[in-house]
Amino acid sequence: MAHTEQERPEIYGVIAEFETPTELVEAARRTRAAGYRHVDAFSPYPIEELNEALAIRRTRLPILIFLGGLIGGLSGYLLLYYTSAIDYPINVGGRPFNSWPSFVPITFEMTVLFAAFSAFLGMLGRNGLPRPYHPVFNVPRFELASRDRFFLLIEATDPKFDREETAGFLWGLNAREVFEVEP
Amino acid sequence: MIQRMEAAPPELGRLRNVALIVGIIGAALTALGAVLDTRQFFFSYLIGYVLWTGVAVGSLGLLMVHHVAGGAWTLVIRRILEAATRTIPLMLVLFIPIAFGIHQLYEWSHEEAMAANELLQHKAPYLNVSFFLARFAVYFIVWLVLAYLLNKWSAEQDAQAETRALEGRMQRISGPGLILFFLTVTFAVFDLIMSLDPEWYSTIFGLIMATAWGMSAFAFAVTIFIYLRQTEPLRAVVLPAHLHDLGKFMLMFVMLWSYLSFSQFLLIWSGNLPEEIPWYLRRMSGGWQYVSLGLVLFQFAFPFLLLLSRDIKRNPRRLVAIALFLLAVRWLDVVWLVAPEAHREEYRSAFHLHWLDLVAPLGIGGLWIAFFAWQLGRRPLLPRHDTLLEKAFHPAHH
Repeated sequence: MAHTEQERPEIYGVIAEFETPTELVEAARRTRAAGYRHVDAFSPYPIEELNEALAIRRTRLPILIFLGGLIGGLSGYLLLYYTSAIDYPINVGGRPFNSWPSFVPITFEMTVLFAAFSAFLGMLGRNGLPRPYHPVFNVPRFELASRDRFFLLIEATDPKFDREETAGFLWGLNAREVFEVEP
Repeated sequence: MIQRMEAAPPELGRLRNVALIVGIIGAALTALGAVLDTRQFFFSYLIGYVLWTGVAVGSLGLLMVHHVAGGAWTLVIRRILEAATRTIPLMLVLFIPIAFGIHQLYEWSHEEAMAANELLQHKAPYLNVSFFLARFAVYFIVWLVLAYLLNKWSAEQDAQAETRALEGRMQRISGPGLILFFLTVTFAVFDLIMSLDPEWYSTIFGLIMATAWGMSAFAFAVTIFIYLRQTEPLRAVVLPAHLHDLGKFMLMFVMLWSYLSFSQFLLIWSGNLPEEIPWYLRRMSGGWQYVSLGLVLFQFAFPFLLLLSRDIKRNPRRLVAIALFLLAVRWLDVVWLVAPEAHREEYRSAFHLHWLDLVAPLGIGGLWIAFFAWQLGRRPLLPRHDTLLEKAFHPAHH
């Protein structure tokens, strides 16, 4: 795909297609070793070694989820405490109004619910999703990334990026094909 | 992948020798204790017996779960679980003192106690000495037959290149085997522990103990796996990903035990029935309430919070520390189940911990581990020809 025109528009980056996850991980490792930093990888399923190969930082999402769970659990307990001990106390078999053992299931459920909400919404927020448009969609074969192909993208913003050289570098990593990504 | 047949690693021999020494000293002291205080001996012996039967029989359950579900990550501990199931004959021999202690341990074995209590008269067709012994004969036949077949076919796997037929056979027997496992474990713990208070009943108790035994067996298998991780052939397969998976499974056991135990407590607390609550009242007074609180902290809160961490699960030293900690807490749990019944009054029980409560479990445990280590050394540590083994070496691309 490396045509040579005189006046070419700016591009978003260069993307390489691989046939196996092993090739992708190896390519990611070598890209990182070659000094590229603005690199992203696409795969139909999670590949754990990729995080390490691309030196992706661990997300801070767990803290958000923990806080969400904490808020859920507290609000669940307070709801029960308020309704059964303050607002409308009923004597059930002589048990105390604030019967913590019977409040535990709801507190637990609310903890799980709020933690799950914070996980889901926090993940979307930090990923920048939903995202109807992304330049990689301009590469026709990119839809295979959700089927059986593996892609490695080097963005043009990378300080080391050079249109010809980077494409050549990706070819050298045993890519099946290399495409330019229009912005 | 593994071409050479390795002799048992020296670590295993060291473990066996140390365990044997601890076992012999512990057994001698326990025998002394039997002379000094016969009644206390039987209760302490029961604690040790329940604790280590849990590891042996729990391993049988885990092994069958592995065969039914078929995961590469449990394949790495399969030979450890198998060696543990080959100790069930030892547990049969160690049952003999329990059989002799029935009258000391179980109130329902006394005719006059049964005659004085109308509720117990209705339970007499189940709670009597001959049926008790007959039931244990059935439990042991089930456990021994399942363990024998699974071990036999697993050994045949080593001699064949194509083992799919054997794997299919192990899988087919494990499905019905698991049903039998849950039934036998449920009734075995009803008989061994629940009937210490013949009036008390809790239908969920069998499931709690099956989970607890699974936890004991799993924590033990993880400990041995990490202890042997530097030796061939495990060295080639022990990856952080495996430890991570084993850690997650341990977290599952902690959560399931907590969930089921709280369910039992909540139902009995809400029901507030006179036959059910004394069992908890005894554990919430007289000093036992601190042990109850300790169990909530140490068998739930503490390991739960630690095992949430990814780094701890992937670090062999930390993971093995948690596994050993859980084994110690399992001892505390069994003490909590058995000991309050030894000195019980109707609604309370004074805290009482005898030195035999520690020494008898150590003695039985030492002998058990020595037997286990001997059995483990007799076969390769990995089933070399199992079709899942290739996946166990490359766990990333599931």
